[in-house]
Amino acid sequence: MERIPILKMGPYLLVTIQVDMHDRVAMTLQDELTQQIVKDHARGVLLDISSVDVVDSFIGRMIGNIAAMARMLDAETVLVGMKPAVAITLVELGMSLAGVRTALNVEKGMAMLQNSLKGKETFGRNTQG
Amino acid sequence: MAVILKDETAWIKSSSDIVKVRQLVRDWAIAMGFSLVEQTKIVTAASELARNALDYGGGGEVRLEMIQNELRRGLKVTFIDQGPGIPDLEQALKDGFSTGTGMGLGLSGAKRLVSEFEIDSAAGRGTKVSITRWRNT
Repeated sequence: MERIPILKMGPYLLVTIQVDMHDRVAMTLQDELTQQIVKDHARGVLLDISSVDVVDSFIGRMIGNIAAMARMLDAETVLVGMKPAVAITLVELGMSLAGVRTALNVEKGMAMLQNSLKGKETFGRNTQG
Repeated sequence: MAVILKDETAWIKSSSDIVKVRQLVRDWAIAMGFSLVEQTKIVTAASELARNALDYGGGGEVRLEMIQNELRRGLKVTFIDQGPGIPDLEQALKDGFSTGTGMGLGLSGAKRLVSEFEIDSAAGRGTKVSITRWRNT
C-alpha cells in the first residue's frame, strides 16, 4: 500500500497528497504525522492538496482531525492548494472545515506559519529551551 | 421515459473499491462531457455512497448508466447492498445522523450534490440508492 511522504522543512512538515487516497492511507497518515510532529518538534504542518481531485466527508474529516491533533501537539496546520471544484463540492456536502486554516499555495501557507510562529514566540514557549 | 444507452457494473468489496468507484464515475463523467465542478460533485457523492454500502451494507454493487430522455442526457449511479437496511429513512437523511464513524453527512450530503436522489431501504431488506446528474444538451 502506498504511503504519503512527510518532508521536514526546518521547523515545519510538508505533506503533499498526490494520490487518490485509499481510506487506510488516510488513517496511516494521521498516525505517522502526529508521531513525526513530536519526533521533530515540528511547529507547523503544511498539508498540500493541490493534486487532490476529490475530498469526500471521510477525507475531510481526516483533514480536520490532523489539524486538531497537531494543535494539541503545539503545531499549526495550514491546508494549501485546494482546487475550486473541491471547495464548491465540500461546502455543498455540508463540510466547511471550520477551524482549519487555509492558504492558496505552499508559499503563502509557509508565510502564514512563519507569522504565527513569530507571534507565538513572543508569548508562548521558548524554542531555544 | 429515460432510455439506457450504456451501462457497467462493478463490485464494492473492500475500501480500495471506493477508490475504483471514484475513478470509474470520473471516467464516465468526463466521457459524457460534464464540467469539472459537475464531475467533482457526482464523484464525491458516489464516494460517500460507496463507503456507506461497504461500511453499513457489508459491500455490494454499483451500476453506472448513461441515460437519455426527451430533453437531456444523464449519468445515473446506483448502489445496491444486501446489508441490514435502514429502519428509519427520514432520520438517516438528516444532516448529522450517523451510526458509524463518519460525520453523518453521507446520505444527506450526497443528495445535495446531485440532481435526483432515490433511496429504497427497510430493516432486513438491504439498501438501494440511486443518484442522477443531468446534463443539458
